[in-house]
Amino acid sequence: MAAPLTLLLIVAVTIRAVLFRSSWAELISERVEVVSPLNAWKRVVEGLALLDLGVSPYSGDVFHETPFMIYLFHFVVDYAEIVFMIADGITAVALYLSIQTYNKNVFRKQKYALESDRYPADCLELLRSPKEMFYIPLKVAMFYLLNPFTILSCVAKSTCGLNNAIIALFILCTLKGSALLSGILLALATYQSIYPLTLFAPALLFFLQRLYIPVNLRRSSFWFFTLQYAFIYVGSLVVITGLSFFLLGSWDFIPSVYGFIFSVPDLTPNIGLFWYFFAEMFEHFRLFFICVFQINVFFYTIPLSIKLKEHPVFLIFMQIAIISIFKSYPTVGDVALYMAFLPAWSHLYRFLRNIFLVSCVLLACSALFPVLWHLWIYAGSANSNFYYAITLLFNFGQILLVSDYFYAYLRREHHLTHGLYLKKKDGTEATLVLK
Amino acid sequence: FRLSSLIGHISTCPSLIGQCCQRHPGSVDEFQEELVIRPLHSGDIYASFQFRTLWDTDFLQEGQKVSHYRLFPKSLGQVLSKFSVRELHISFTQGFWRTMQWGQPFIPSPPGAELWVWFHDTVSDVDGNWKELTNVLSGIFCASLNFIDLTNTVQPSASFKPLGLGNATDHRFLRYATLPREIVCTENLTPWKKLLPCGSKAGLAVLLKSEKLFHSSFHSQAVHIRPVCQDEQCTSKAWELRQTLNVVFDLYTAGQGKKAFRSSIYLNCGKTGELFELSPATPLLSQAVVLGDRRTYSVFDLTRAETFGQLRSLNLLLRWKGDGGEMLRPLLHAERYVAGFGLQTGEIHTVIYNNHPYRAFPVLLMDSVPWYLQLYIHTLTVTSKSRDNKPSYIHYQPAKDRHRPHLLEMLIQLPPHSMTEVTVQFERALLKWTEYTPDPNHGFYVGSSVVSALVPSMVAMSTNFTQDQPLFSSFVPVKEESSYFVRVYTEPLLVNLPTPDFSMPYNVICLTCTVVAVGYGSFYNLLTRTFQVDEPSLPLAKRLANLIRRIRGVPLLT
Repeated sequence: MAAPLTLLLIVAVTIRAVLFRSSWAELISERVEVVSPLNAWKRVVEGLALLDLGVSPYSGDVFHETPFMIYLFHFVVDYAEIVFMIADGITAVALYLSIQTYNKNVFRKQKYALESDRYPADCLELLRSPKEMFYIPLKVAMFYLLNPFTILSCVAKSTCGLNNAIIALFILCTLKGSALLSGILLALATYQSIYPLTLFAPALLFFLQRLYIPVNLRRSSFWFFTLQYAFIYVGSLVVITGLSFFLLGSWDFIPSVYGFIFSVPDLTPNIGLFWYFFAEMFEHFRLFFICVFQINVFFYTIPLSIKLKEHPVFLIFMQIAIISIFKSYPTVGDVALYMAFLPAWSHLYRFLRNIFLVSCVLLACSALFPVLWHLWIYAGSANSNFYYAITLLFNFGQILLVSDYFYAYLRREHHLTHGLYLKKKDGTEATLVLK
Repeated sequence: FRLSSLIGHISTCPSLIGQCCQRHPGSVDEFQEELVIRPLHSGDIYASFQFRTLWDTDFLQEGQKVSHYRLFPKSLGQVLSKFSVRELHISFTQGFWRTMQWGQPFIPSPPGAELWVWFHDTVSDVDGNWKELTNVLSGIFCASLNFIDLTNTVQPSASFKPLGLGNATDHRFLRYATLPREIVCTENLTPWKKLLPCGSKAGLAVLLKSEKLFHSSFHSQAVHIRPVCQDEQCTSKAWELRQTLNVVFDLYTAGQGKKAFRSSIYLNCGKTGELFELSPATPLLSQAVVLGDRRTYSVFDLTRAETFGQLRSLNLLLRWKGDGGEMLRPLLHAERYVAGFGLQTGEIHTVIYNNHPYRAFPVLLMDSVPWYLQLYIHTLTVTSKSRDNKPSYIHYQPAKDRHRPHLLEMLIQLPPHSMTEVTVQFERALLKWTEYTPDPNHGFYVGSSVVSALVPSMVAMSTNFTQDQPLFSSFVPVKEESSYFVRVYTEPLLVNLPTPDFSMPYNVICLTCTVVAVGYGSFYNLLTRTFQVDEPSLPLAKRLANLIRRIRGVPLLT
């Protein structure tokens, strides 16, 4: 499978290189859907220019990257385009390898379950065959590399591409079973933007499953491993933060980066729900709603972990999707990361209920974003409500997509335990509802 | 032929009022007033009033409460001592000074209100003092200076050095703020006139009639307080309060003048007699060099009785002889404008002209941009004669959202006879709906840039300190003979920001919370419910029957 992957990488790099050299690059790097105040390239350059002038980049409100980014780009700012293309390549290859490993695991478990007769007789058509699973890793890599969202994000040189690379490497290390590397990479991802903190739970569940430690709060083996993993994670986080302190000699970056993410002072429009909400918020309630919206990102972790404790990889997908929808400054690069996983769940197609509606909504919104932005900002014939409406619709479409896949996944699991063709008590065909 | 005349007549005033302006024996408070009239080439008349009060008091003595006020206004004296102010400069301007048509003004000022203050270095909380000072001044001058807060105050590091005594260089004690949107009207003139020792009842201040003053192309009133030396060796120091009023108009004006300690009218007559004819002719002619320009002035000393003639009135009549004559071309001139389209980004262009034919000189450009226009300093370009011109000193303090504005100061070397363009890109921020002014589509004002320079003079300036120097040439201390200090203010900018819809707060909260609730609801359903086969429920009658059957202990219906 190396050859098709290499071909895919070459095609992706060519497309990006062509776009980098065209006049579109300038236009794309200004688009608010693609860059946000947290990850715009213009702001990275501005931060480095401030550093050259002898002013701390965190003394103003224009630079919100971590010191790790300053350190990295201080050396490679002239080769930025290559760096971002390599980051995209790393993400694609990491996702490819992790989905390959995951598929092997899934197939092996399925084989054991089949041999021990755990599946009802009529759900054999739900089982996955190697033939069907063969091209899935390549499709995942393709979904990431050739996704227009990813290409736009790379051409705009948004540092979201680098964050995605770190998360993809974290997923790869987790699926390969290396707890140390996984903890370090998760700490790095959390350090870059706080939200990957919620990926701690699925990673922990995966390791527990892999080491055959039952998830039981009363057992000491559970706590022993949890504490080990938490120690690696928190320790790496402390070390990375300490190293950042020594770069500039001050803790200024903490309010500038993490305070900025949490308190949302900058209301530049983006594809998320926060900007217009807080632009129109009554001052009295601002703090309350900030807390509500930030808690909203984090509090699905525990319930989802309880429900999906046997399926940590799907949990990772759900967590990444929830982060991308509900974070304070989302961009299309974040959306592209969880969309890359969709081919891995292609066997759920028959249980998806709204896929046509959702894909239409997402396509239409993606097309309307630039149109309504232009009408508001340049033509002056629309106002901010138009852009806000499309934002609402885009997020609504994403929520429908994610919950649809969740429904399909749970339903397939139900069928695998209770049989596919269910009958009511009187023998007629049954319908399945959530009760 | 163009005829324009200035008529002044003086009527007798009760002697009681005249006395208050006389020199008090035993004290050394001094009051001096002066009016300079300069006809401009565009047909306008530039009248500059200066009133100077010297207050001899040892302000550097700590703990000594000063309570003896003679000519110096008590309100300002109390302000100085309470807030430990060393220098205070405040100006209110209506209109924009057209440098290229009118030449350089004696006292430059930007449109709107401008306030800059040097505090003593004994002050521990400069920001607190500044806040209280602006509020007190707001009350004294009936102006909305209370809008000055930390979001539009800057601490320039090089552009505003003290104009009085003292060589402090710690700019932590300097505060500068400007309110470009401030409008000047009679309400501001009245308290300003009250600060004069005789108010508006005697002296040149009688000429200040508001209906005439505000029918003008340019009107600027200012108060400058600074510590000065009283003699050459600087053995004794005094507070100097200068109140200046600069007006440009081309109308008839009627006015009166009464005795003051020293009161004179200087009339700029250009190349004697060439431009216009003056009657009555005065024997007193003096030459003064101000702003690098040696001109001849006809002096009318109002303290001498013979100026007034028999009718005890002074009529000045100017008859223009024709168009033409040359004006000294201002050597330094600056303009500023916003380029770009749309409400997302823009570019500020500042253009500085050096009109000196062969000398290059450095200028200090200071820009204070509000925080909601995010400047990108890596896009700063300075070009002179289409070549890159790197500034030798850049001091940049980036803005903190809702806390302080951007401050950009640069030292640029201007090549001779050239135009230098400074451009910097910015992005417009979306503000919270409560942060917009009541008319948000009018736009937001950006204060004028300040260009300060020591311009090489074509004429030798005198560095001697004499008591007889006219006021208008002694405002800025001249340190060297070959150059003079010039400060040029550019236009203020009006920038539009994208606005949210102000009628929508409740709707937005409802709609966004709805979308979040949709997400929450779907996940809640999937997390708390399980899949079950849908058994149809029995109709009501059968359910009641089942209830009775259960009680009886009989098999149930299905």
